[in-house]
Amino acid sequence: MKQITRRRLLWSLPFATAAVAGGGFFSMLSGLRKGNFDPREINIPVINKPIPSFSVASQPPSTGFNQQELQQQTKPILINFFASWCIPCLREMGVLQQLSSHIGIWGIAYKDKPDAVSGFLQRNGNPYQRIGQDPEGNISIDWGLSGVPESFLVMPGGIIKWHYPKPLTVTSTQTLLSLLQ
Amino acid sequence: MRYLTILFLFCIGLSTPHLSFGIDSPDEMLKNTQQEQRAQHLGSQLRCLVCQNESIEDSSADLAKDLRKVVRQRIVAGDTDSQVMQWMVDHYGNFIRLKPPFTFTTALLWFMPILALGIGCMIAFVTLRKNKNTVTTELSKEERQRLAKLMKE
Repeated sequence: MKQITRRRLLWSLPFATAAVAGGGFFSMLSGLRKGNFDPREINIPVINKPIPSFSVASQPPSTGFNQQELQQQTKPILINFFASWCIPCLREMGVLQQLSSHIGIWGIAYKDKPDAVSGFLQRNGNPYQRIGQDPEGNISIDWGLSGVPESFLVMPGGIIKWHYPKPLTVTSTQTLLSLLQ
Repeated sequence: MRYLTILFLFCIGLSTPHLSFGIDSPDEMLKNTQQEQRAQHLGSQLRCLVCQNESIEDSSADLAKDLRKVVRQRIVAGDTDSQVMQWMVDHYGNFIRLKPPFTFTTALLWFMPILALGIGCMIAFVTLRKNKNTVTTELSKEERQRLAKLMKE
């Protein structure tokens, strides 16, 4: 009898392993579908850290800004990296327009030409209070950028409270707005 | 046997690291060969955040090119290898290291081979001990003669 149970146990081991692995895969894939798991998401260690020292040249129709100006704000600001050549940024514009009535958004144009950016904003609307440009992409690396669009919530005093390395969605803006209350 | 040897050599050929370079132009490289070697060595340990399974030295993504540039700038500025690595980790987190550091969360990852070996040894030990208990009976004289006869046929 004891023999049989041990044999059964050994028999069931591969099946149990397969079941556990299957369960893990299933939860991962369902997370992918629901949007609460993204294998390509990059969580950089910037939360609750101060913003880097930087200064971006002005991008028409707005003026540039720097670290001091961002620190001296009395309200939270959403820093949004974008580019006219980036399709997800184009899709994000609608969400940014809606968001701009709740929070000030400052844009940084990543590796782009000033004319291309102005044209892009004329065509798709301008949700930004201020826009700077980073033609070389060096400033963006100091921020820890891994692609465009990417957004950072900067609190008064220049501390980063939230970071989103993807195009903003309605769901993610709800998370953002809940942080502001 | 000869086929096995050929297959074995083929597999060895597959396992040798193939070299590929993401460097697009020679201008990217540093004039100082020693510094350039250090930069390449560091770059091969840094993950390209766009492709995620390639090092920045192998990747031709734009961001990888920028990070390669940063590595070289810092080396020229006089940073040590560990300082460059720290700069990257500060900006992009441990994810950028292709070789995960030993932390509490990665302990299981590091110990997994030893754990697996241990579990395997345990299973082997249990099965071997079980086999030892099975009684082996010697063949009697008649049986051996019968067996010899059967083998001759």
